[in-house]
Amino acid sequence: MLTNVFRNFRALPFVILLIFATVLPALAGPFEDAVAKFANDEFSDTEEAVDVLATSDNPLAFSIVSALQDGRLMADPDTKKVYVTQPDGKSIDALTGAPVASVPDSAAAVRLNNKLRRHVEAALGSLTLQSPDPAKRVQAAQSVFKTHDDAMLPAIDSALAKETNKAAKAAFNEARAAILLFKEDATDAEKLEAIATIKARGDQEALALLTGLTGDQPPAVARAAANATSAIQSNLALWSMVQNAWYGLSLGSVLLLAAIGLAITFGVMGVINMAHGEMVMIGAYVTFVVQQTIRTSYPGLFDYSLLFAVPLAFIVAGAVGILIERTIIRFLYGRPLETLLATWGLSLVLQQAVRTMFGPTNQEVGNPSWMSGAFEIGQITITYNRLWILCFTLAVFVILLAMLRYTALGLEMRAVTQNRRMAASMGIATSRVDALTFGLGSGIAGIAGVALSQIDNVSPNLGQSYIIDSFMVVVFGGVGNLWGTLVGAFTLGIANKFLEPVAGAVLAKIAILVLIILFIQKRPRGLFALKGRAVEA
Amino acid sequence: MPHVLTRSLDRSATVFLIVVAAFGVLIPLSNLLLPSGSFFQVPTYLVALFGKYVCYAILALAIDLIWGYCGILSLGHGAFFALGGYAMGMYLMRQIGSRGVYGNPILPDFMVFLNYPKLPWYWYGFDMFWFAALMVLLVPGLLAFCFGWLAFRSRVTGVYLSIITQAMTYALLLAFFRNDFGFGGNNGLTDFKDILGFNVQAETTRAALFALSCLALIIGFLICRAVVTSKLGKVLIAIRDAESRTRFLGYRVESYKLFVFTLSACMAGVAGALYVPQVGIINPGEFAPGNSIEAVIWVAVGGRGTLIGAALGAIVVNYAKTVFTSGPLAPYWLFMLGALFILVTLLLPRGIIGTFNAWWEPWKAQRMSANAESAAREDGISEPNPAE
Repeated sequence: MLTNVFRNFRALPFVILLIFATVLPALAGPFEDAVAKFANDEFSDTEEAVDVLATSDNPLAFSIVSALQDGRLMADPDTKKVYVTQPDGKSIDALTGAPVASVPDSAAAVRLNNKLRRHVEAALGSLTLQSPDPAKRVQAAQSVFKTHDDAMLPAIDSALAKETNKAAKAAFNEARAAILLFKEDATDAEKLEAIATIKARGDQEALALLTGLTGDQPPAVARAAANATSAIQSNLALWSMVQNAWYGLSLGSVLLLAAIGLAITFGVMGVINMAHGEMVMIGAYVTFVVQQTIRTSYPGLFDYSLLFAVPLAFIVAGAVGILIERTIIRFLYGRPLETLLATWGLSLVLQQAVRTMFGPTNQEVGNPSWMSGAFEIGQITITYNRLWILCFTLAVFVILLAMLRYTALGLEMRAVTQNRRMAASMGIATSRVDALTFGLGSGIAGIAGVALSQIDNVSPNLGQSYIIDSFMVVVFGGVGNLWGTLVGAFTLGIANKFLEPVAGAVLAKIAILVLIILFIQKRPRGLFALKGRAVEA
Repeated sequence: MPHVLTRSLDRSATVFLIVVAAFGVLIPLSNLLLPSGSFFQVPTYLVALFGKYVCYAILALAIDLIWGYCGILSLGHGAFFALGGYAMGMYLMRQIGSRGVYGNPILPDFMVFLNYPKLPWYWYGFDMFWFAALMVLLVPGLLAFCFGWLAFRSRVTGVYLSIITQAMTYALLLAFFRNDFGFGGNNGLTDFKDILGFNVQAETTRAALFALSCLALIIGFLICRAVVTSKLGKVLIAIRDAESRTRFLGYRVESYKLFVFTLSACMAGVAGALYVPQVGIINPGEFAPGNSIEAVIWVAVGGRGTLIGAALGAIVVNYAKTVFTSGPLAPYWLFMLGALFILVTLLLPRGIIGTFNAWWEPWKAQRMSANAESAAREDGISEPNPAE
């Protein structure tokens, strides 16, 4: 249709007028001016345009500049129109943001060279400083903190003036301090204030910034910087202790969870169950099956999958435990070494059975949404899944302790532990108590498997990796005492994590094993040994 | 010493020794002299395989000595076996010389690869065979002595000892997996060329190694028999059956245990040292706790407290393993092994030989007593009862 109009010469002035009428309002401000410059596809024009956009308040500026960076900014040299192809493939008009059906074929991506790329990055940095999302603003401020580029100062200042969010404001202040500290013509007072701000931040990056300060500073500034450096260093050392302690608690909770079932079967019954790790594995696989079922049938319930998995794992692992007790272990009471061998054989069979059913590879078990993510306290990051596992472990421990103390079964268990023959003559069905105790220990191992599936690979070898550690915990803590298991698990966990930074992960583990071996020499019955007649069976 | 021999060699022991000696001579001869393809010729790969079984049999003897006669269940004997193997492996590595991939005359390939500036001090001396042979005995022996001294003196017994020995081999496993530990890390020691100037790959060397392994089995068996039939052996059995009572009778239980534990570790070391040149590799996998427990089940299958049973069990179980894991039944081997653990402990607590003896001895005694009343009393030492 347009060609028809062109053919009709008399219509030309009208057409020109029409074009001006549509374009003129668009030329009203610097933003519109700048966008139009992209269409020239000259490096110098593009540079000017980017610089203008960087300080512009227009909400489209960010998407235009990021499109330019990714080569998604299309300009039509004929019509001087500029389009942004969005990452999802749809296109919008760069000037108005109105969606367009398709970008004309004559349009080409606006070119960049290396010099321009740096401009684009800087512009993007200052544009994200004004992003509506406070998290993004903080992120942008952090990157300015690291680069402390003088050129960003005006952008930071203007952003700071408008900022209302507390976290973002702090981040901007720190970024400003970083720039001022390295700015050649900043006054001493400004620099000292900057050092104070950076010191208050007090993390690894602040330390890097301060140590990166050149030597030719005024003495007052240099002294303040040195003081701040040492203050940050000691602060960081403290936090790394806190972090090690947290990692230790976390490892301790995992150890406790794996060992607590063993503490019942080994500690209370004196039965060495080498297949204990496989009970943990069964629990993890129950979680996997529950999650598979939920994924395929009721995807909405995924967040509650663990709530179903915990009782199911307890029942399945407990039932397997009772079955083992009735068919194998019952015949081997009083022959601990044989029990050890038979249950080892059992662990091989269980592993291979799971390998045959589910395959030898790791199975994917997902974290529910309330267990993913992390939060920060001071200088350390705490992940939710570790925190939940710690709470869960302590809950299991308390419930178990209460069960042993206040229920009839608990009373019977303790009676059988202390004096089997006397308990039997008092009318306690010892063999039933044995089966239930073994089932309880196995069931708790199954629950441990649910928790461990959240932080470890679910594979047929899952149990193997915990069995030696769990035995160490029980032996270290003292047999027949749940409190010993608790103290043993957390001691070993924390000791391991404090040794790790010094000696490395493997050496730390070896050192712990050697220390336990030596400890057993001193106290052959563990930390909390049973006293009295129960000792020598 | 003749009375030691006559005392320790009852009829079954003599038969066992003759069978081992016959195999030790006939298999190498058949391999070397008969034309290949002949029905009676034993192929070289089988010689190496049988050699491996014989080494396992020595390890099983070592375990039976402490478990069957002294009640010490070590779940870490694989560690002594592997240490002996490493000592031999270090000798073999030094023999490679400049024929390695990197052609360094002193440093083994993995050290060149890992940028070792010079040979670590603990590798000194391993270029001499006598030194390596000494270390084969000394390193496992010393470790067992220190470990046993600490453990037995503080009266760590029963399952506690089992678990600590397992922790010991686990700690060594972790240590040997480290590259900077200086023993080749993950890959271990391999690519051997010569032993005492003979090519380890050559048929004659393999045949000789097999014969030597049989000889070591014979010597090991004789030593074990001498120990268990002596007065010392009687005390060991007393310790196994009632440790506290033996102590109250005035015996130094710790010293007896320490002696037999160290002796057993040395035997395991020798087994490992013979194993390495025949298999051609030693790596940290040998320290895996599972291996040690598997060795215990050989003894249980054959019959603990019988010595012959231990050696027999090692050979039978490993032969079954070879058959299973090389065929279409491979996925079921672990089921088999697991079932073996369970069934043997539940149904066959005396093992093959022990059960056989339980049938055989009364019948023999009956026949003897029918012949002459007095002969039964001089029947020598009856096999100890393995039940605890």
